[in-house]
Amino acid sequence: MNRQEILQGLHERFPEDITNVFEKSAKRVYIEIKAGVIVQMAQYLFKEIGARFNIASGVDNRDNMEILYHFTEETIDLVISLRVTLQKTKLEIDSLTPVFPAAQWIEQEIHELLGINFIGHPQLKRLLLPEDWPEGVHPLRKDYKEWDPNAIRDRGV
Amino acid sequence: MGILDKAFLKSLWVFHLATGSCNNCDIEFLDCLTPRHDIERFGMLLVGSIKHADVLLVTGAVNRQCIPRIKRLYEQMPKPRLVVAIGECALSRGVFMHSYNCPLPLDHVIPVDVYIPGCPPRPEAIISGIMQLIEKRKGQPDEAKA
Amino acid sequence: MPRTIIPIGPYHPLQEEPEFFILTVEGETVVDIDLRMGYNHRGIEKLCERQAYDQVTFVVERVCGICSTSHPFAYTQAVEDILSVEAPPRARYIRTITAEGERIHSHLLWLGLAGHFLGYNTIFMWCWKLREEILDVMEILSGNRNNYAMFKVGGVWRDIKAEDIPTVLKKIDSIIPTLEKLKKAVMDDPVLHARTKGIGILSKEAAINYCALGPTARASGIARDIRKNCPYGAYAEIDWEMIVAQNGDVFDKVVVRINELFESIKIIKACLTRLPQGEIDCGIEDIPPGEGIGHIEAPRGECFHYVRSDGTNRPVRHKIRAPTFMNLPTFKETVIGGSIPDAAIILAAIDPCYCCTERMAVLNRKGEKLFTGEDLIKLSQEKTEKIKSKMGRK
Repeated sequence: MNRQEILQGLHERFPEDITNVFEKSAKRVYIEIKAGVIVQMAQYLFKEIGARFNIASGVDNRDNMEILYHFTEETIDLVISLRVTLQKTKLEIDSLTPVFPAAQWIEQEIHELLGINFIGHPQLKRLLLPEDWPEGVHPLRKDYKEWDPNAIRDRGV
Repeated sequence: MGILDKAFLKSLWVFHLATGSCNNCDIEFLDCLTPRHDIERFGMLLVGSIKHADVLLVTGAVNRQCIPRIKRLYEQMPKPRLVVAIGECALSRGVFMHSYNCPLPLDHVIPVDVYIPGCPPRPEAIISGIMQLIEKRKGQPDEAKA
Repeated sequence: MPRTIIPIGPYHPLQEEPEFFILTVEGETVVDIDLRMGYNHRGIEKLCERQAYDQVTFVVERVCGICSTSHPFAYTQAVEDILSVEAPPRARYIRTITAEGERIHSHLLWLGLAGHFLGYNTIFMWCWKLREEILDVMEILSGNRNNYAMFKVGGVWRDIKAEDIPTVLKKIDSIIPTLEKLKKAVMDDPVLHARTKGIGILSKEAAINYCALGPTARASGIARDIRKNCPYGAYAEIDWEMIVAQNGDVFDKVVVRINELFESIKIIKACLTRLPQGEIDCGIEDIPPGEGIGHIEAPRGECFHYVRSDGTNRPVRHKIRAPTFMNLPTFKETVIGGSIPDAAIILAAIDPCYCCTERMAVLNRKGEKLFTGEDLIKLSQEKTEKIKSKMGRK
């Protein structure tokens, strides 16, 4: 399946839900989609096209949050990034873990570091941060401030 | 030098502890065990349990999850005991100084006897550091030793 | 049968990084595995947001000491993707040489540790001795044994001197006979076959579902190598082969890695002899707003970086995904159903950046210690001994 067929297939399947397509270069495509269709779209890319799920990266834009789901179609050297924008008032999205287990850890990580809730994730427990890390403090947010009064931030010389 | 010190310094048993390091210091230390550097000729041996160890080798930029565990391991260590900090991260946290997960340098958590700088230190530097530790210890009066 | 919980880790003397596994066993069979990460979390993604683009290469170099080329490589690819430029040919060749040198030393390191887990300390010592030669080569080329600091957005920092090339070629040639011997020793040993064949099988379907990468995926029959599929650096211009095996067990992972060693040597030699003349840096000054993705094949699999720029001199967001992040969850497939002595080598077989197989304690249900120590490896080594004596060898 070549690049044109993949993009066309996506447009045919989800005519209402794709808001913008940005073809950056021959190897990179960014597709903006509505948050509600992420599961169906990921399923289509992963199961039917056979693209590999690379990773998801959450970004804090100060007034809203973004999650980019990166998929690679290796046979034609193409990285497809699905961009979902979430409002800060409603930080939740459907989990991809039921579709493929590879998404489990990264969703745990985004939940922990950015505070986005994944609906339907089997175990949204701590992955990286220690047990005594305060609840509700998410270090990758732009408004993160040092919360620990005991921390030393100089070299002592 | 008393009989205890003589026995102690003849063959130091080493326990290695990574506290959020990038692996390089750990691997350079493991390199010391392999044929080219062969640290065992100085009587040093890597052991698997802290309760058998004389020296605690610490690498890495002490992260929050490790702090209570370092303290616990240090308490479990039989006396006389020595602590060696290997690499820039264990000295001052290096590039990780402003990380939200590395609040304290190692010497604010446990007392350190020898610092070996470098990112990573060469195996020769590690061997030289530990030899200097032995020399330093030999020269100390008995009451200064804990 | 009563269930027993075996905690493995978080600290152990031989492996590098702390990690905490919880094995649930029934008798000798592992029925569940869980793990707790975070003993190594240093918040590098956040740290990168406060560094300038040139400084970030040195921070990401310290993500992992063994992959200290892979991360800067992926990062520079990502920033170059924002700019839509490519490094000059000579820089691409130098990058490829550094990356392949790292692959050789990383695979040798893994092979040595795997040998240790199985009770073959000879292999451990041999591999690490050979690895020193490669580190010498890297020292000649970059000036440092690890953390090479070669990579720069738009090129490399340091050129390879023409007078160094014959020395390097000679040194690389000198390790081939030992490597051949090592390959034979590993591949033809019936005891090693008994310990690794059919152990910890990762099926092709599971590998696809878990999105396994690198040698872990290639041992399960998936032709997945970023160097071939999405060429970068000088890989498209050099003649080399992707190594794929079919069974997905520990033995095939060993085979894939050993054969890759020879391919890497081939690539380095080809790159050094065909090194093009010219600039090593294309002189990038400003990074425009935008976003870029860089992915490369690290020794353990694909390393993925996503960088977003807003036009200032530091990235707004830098996402790093190391290969072990995708490979580690495959434990759920491979360890469950195996026996406890095999767990050590299965856990080690994906070459995790963290592998806690030593310093464990076996607890019964009340949490009372039954036996402690370095016993997981000892168990593994004892099993090898048993097989050896059964085969009448000592």
